[in-house]
Amino acid sequence: MKQLVIHPERCTGCMQCELACSFVQTGTFQPSVSVIKVHVFDEQASMAPYTCFQCEEAWCMTACPVNAITIDNVIGAKVVLSEVCVGCKLCTIACPFGTIFYNPESNKAFKCNLCGGDPACAHACPTAAIEYEDSETKDWVGPWAERLNESFLTALAGEPS
Amino acid sequence: MIAGWVGKVLKVDLSARTHEVQELNLRWARDFIGGRGLGARYLYELLQDPTIDPLSPDNVLIFATGPLTGTNASCGARYMVVTKGALTNCITTSNSGGHFGPELKFAGYDLLIVAGRAASPVYLWLCDGEVELRDASGVWGKGVWDTDDMLREEVGVPDARIASIGQAGENLVRFAAVMNDKHRAAGRSGVGAVMGSKNLKAVVVKGSGSIPVADQASFLRSQWKKKASLRDSKGRQNFTQLGTSSTLMPINAIGALPTHNFLQTVFDGAEKISGERINDDYVVAHKACFACTIACGRVSKISDEAGGRFLLHTSPRNWKMAGEGPEYESMFGFGPEVGVDDPEAIIAAHWLCNDYGMDPISAGATIGAAFELSQEGVLNGTEGVLEWGDAGKMLQLLEDTAFRRGLGDEIAEGSKRMGEKFGRPGVAMVSKGQEFAAYDGRAMQGRGLSYATSNRGACHLKAEVLRADYKDPGHEGKAGQVARTENQISALDSSGLCLFLNSGATYDDYIAEFNSATGMDLSMDDFVTAGERIWNLERLFNLRAGITPADDTLPKRMLEDPIPTGPRKGMVSKLGEMLPEYYDLRGWPEGIPSQEKLAELGLEAIA
Repeated sequence: MKQLVIHPERCTGCMQCELACSFVQTGTFQPSVSVIKVHVFDEQASMAPYTCFQCEEAWCMTACPVNAITIDNVIGAKVVLSEVCVGCKLCTIACPFGTIFYNPESNKAFKCNLCGGDPACAHACPTAAIEYEDSETKDWVGPWAERLNESFLTALAGEPS
Repeated sequence: MIAGWVGKVLKVDLSARTHEVQELNLRWARDFIGGRGLGARYLYELLQDPTIDPLSPDNVLIFATGPLTGTNASCGARYMVVTKGALTNCITTSNSGGHFGPELKFAGYDLLIVAGRAASPVYLWLCDGEVELRDASGVWGKGVWDTDDMLREEVGVPDARIASIGQAGENLVRFAAVMNDKHRAAGRSGVGAVMGSKNLKAVVVKGSGSIPVADQASFLRSQWKKKASLRDSKGRQNFTQLGTSSTLMPINAIGALPTHNFLQTVFDGAEKISGERINDDYVVAHKACFACTIACGRVSKISDEAGGRFLLHTSPRNWKMAGEGPEYESMFGFGPEVGVDDPEAIIAAHWLCNDYGMDPISAGATIGAAFELSQEGVLNGTEGVLEWGDAGKMLQLLEDTAFRRGLGDEIAEGSKRMGEKFGRPGVAMVSKGQEFAAYDGRAMQGRGLSYATSNRGACHLKAEVLRADYKDPGHEGKAGQVARTENQISALDSSGLCLFLNSGATYDDYIAEFNSATGMDLSMDDFVTAGERIWNLERLFNLRAGITPADDTLPKRMLEDPIPTGPRKGMVSKLGEMLPEYYDLRGWPEGIPSQEKLAELGLEAIA
C-alpha cells in the first residue's frame, strides 16, 4: 500500500504543497485550509511538511461517537464522512498529531484523505520532499523518528563538553 | 472583474490614526498590471506635489502585490514597496519576496497605503478584517530579527508575517530597507527610511482568505508547463545550487567586477569569496520564497571565532544559528568594493544589513567611497586610515552607519551626499543619487546605460543586459536591448512574479499563466506596452519631482577614466552615443516623453 512519505531535509519551505491542498478543497489558493502544513524552524534552517500519516491506531476513529471516520479500503486513508459527522470536534482533541481539523462554517471535521489515492501535495512538491510511494511497513514514522533520534544523539555525543 | 485580486485596498492615515478600505481600481489594475505599475499609479495620484521631502509626513508608502502574488504560480511571492525614495528623490519601486506579500492578500488586501506620520512609534496589526495601530515602543530600537520574534509573540500568532525596519530605518539612514520574514529585503532607495520617518516600525499580518483565479484548468496547465521548464532548465539548476552568488566568478573573469570603489574591475581575491567556495564551506540549507520552485535562497552559518571577531556579540542576536545570504550584491559590496576577501566577514556584513535593515549595495558602495576618501586624506576623522581589505573597519563602519555614529553619520547619507560634503563628488559611483550594483558600467556598456536610465537611480534589475554585455563588450545595439527589456521587466515586476524565473521559464509561460489567472487576454505586445506605460509613468513622476534628463548620466569615472587593467582594459562608457538612440527608441525627444507617445500609451490625460 502507498503512503505519504516526507523527507524534511529536502523541503525548501515554498508552500507549494499547502497551495495544492487548498486548491483541491476550494478551487482557490488558501493555505489556511490546507491539511498539510509546512513547519519552519527558522534558526535551525529546517523546514518540515506535516500532515496525517494515516496512523494505525487512528485515535480520531476511536474517539468519534457517530462512526463518521472510516478506512478507505482501497488506499487505506482514514476518511471523514461529512454526511455522518456531527461536528463535535472530539476527533481533533483525540488526534495526538494535530492533523484533523474543524471547519466552523460547515460544522464538520476535515482531514487528509490522500486525495482519493493521488495526493496533490506530492505532485506539487518541486524537491520530492513529499512522496507518495509503496512502503514496506504501515508505519514509516516510527523507524524514521528512531533514526532521527540516533543522529541527534550522535551529534550530541560529538559535541565537545 | 479581473481575477487574481482580492479587490481591496487598505489606506491607513498614521497622523489621524484612521483607516479605510476601498475597492481596488480595476481599470488601473488592467492598465498597470499590478505591483510596481499599480503602486506607481496610486502614488502618482496620491502625491499631488511630488517635490515634497521624501522623509516628510506628506510622503506615501505603498505595499503593492500583483495578481499572481499568493497563487501557486512559481516565483509568485513578490510585492513592491512604492514611494518617493529617501536616497534619490525619485520614485522607487523596491521588490521583495518571502511570505509577506501573499499573506497581505490572504488578509484581504491587494495594496496597503500608508500616509502621514504617527505621533510615536507604532506597528500595524492586520488579521483578516481586523486593523489596529499598536504601540511599538517595546520594539523601537530593536533589530529586525528581534522585532520579528517579539511581535509574533506579542500578537500570539506564531506564523504571522512581518515587514519591519531595523535601527537603520529608525535612524533615517538614506538607504535603509524594509525587511520581511527576517531576511528578505525591499532593499533599495531608502524605503525603510520613509517607513522610519512615519514612526511605523512594522506591519504584522495574518490572513486566512483565498485568492481565486479566472480559469482554473488552464491556470493549472500553465503551471505544470512552467514548473516543468524550470525543473529541466540548466540555468535554473545552477541557480538552485548557488543562487545569485554564481555570478561572481564569470563577472570577475571578464573584468567587470567593481573593485576598490570602481578604481579596478578585477579582484584578486575573487576565488576566496566565490559562490562555489561559500556554498561548500558555509551554506547549510536552501530556502525558497512562497510558491517558488527555484529556491535560490541559501542559508549560511559562520564560525564562533569569526562572529567574535566581527562584533557579532551584540547583533544579530541569533547569529549563532543560521542566517540567509550572502547574495552576489552583498558579496560585491562587502568584498571587492572594499577589497575584503574573507567570506566570513562578508556573511557577517550581510547579516548585519538584514538585522539593521540596510541595503547592502548602497552600504557597501558608500563604505567603499569612504575608504577612497580616507586614502585621499580628506576625512581626518577618528577612524584612522581605511586600507583596502580591512574587514574589521568595514564592519565597524557598517554598525556606525546604522546608528549614525561618527563617520557612519556621513555614510548614512549615501555616497553622493558624503562625497559632496567632503568636496569630492567624484567618489560617488551613482546615478540619480543611487549607488551602482556589482557590474562596472564601462566593461558592461548596456548595464552602464541602464544605470543612467533607471527611474529609481542606478539599478541592475530594471533591464536585462547581463548576457549581452557578458558576451559583447561593444555598445552597439545595447540601447535597443535596454529599452525593450525595461518594458518587459516593468510588466513582469508588476505581476507579482520574480525576475529570476528568467533562469528557466519564458515570457510565453508568463503570458499563459497571467491570462488564465486574471481572465484577461494580453498578447506579448499588449504586455510589453503595459510595461512601457509603467516606465513612462515612472518617468513622468520623476519629471514632476524635478528630476531632469540631465540626471540620466554617469559619473566622470565611468565616462572619462578608462578601465586601468584586465580583459576590458581601456574601456569607457559610450553613454553619449547610446543615450540619444535610447531617447529616440523611447519616443522621448530631448529625454521628455512626447505627446504622441503619451497618447499612444493612454497617459496624456494625467501627464
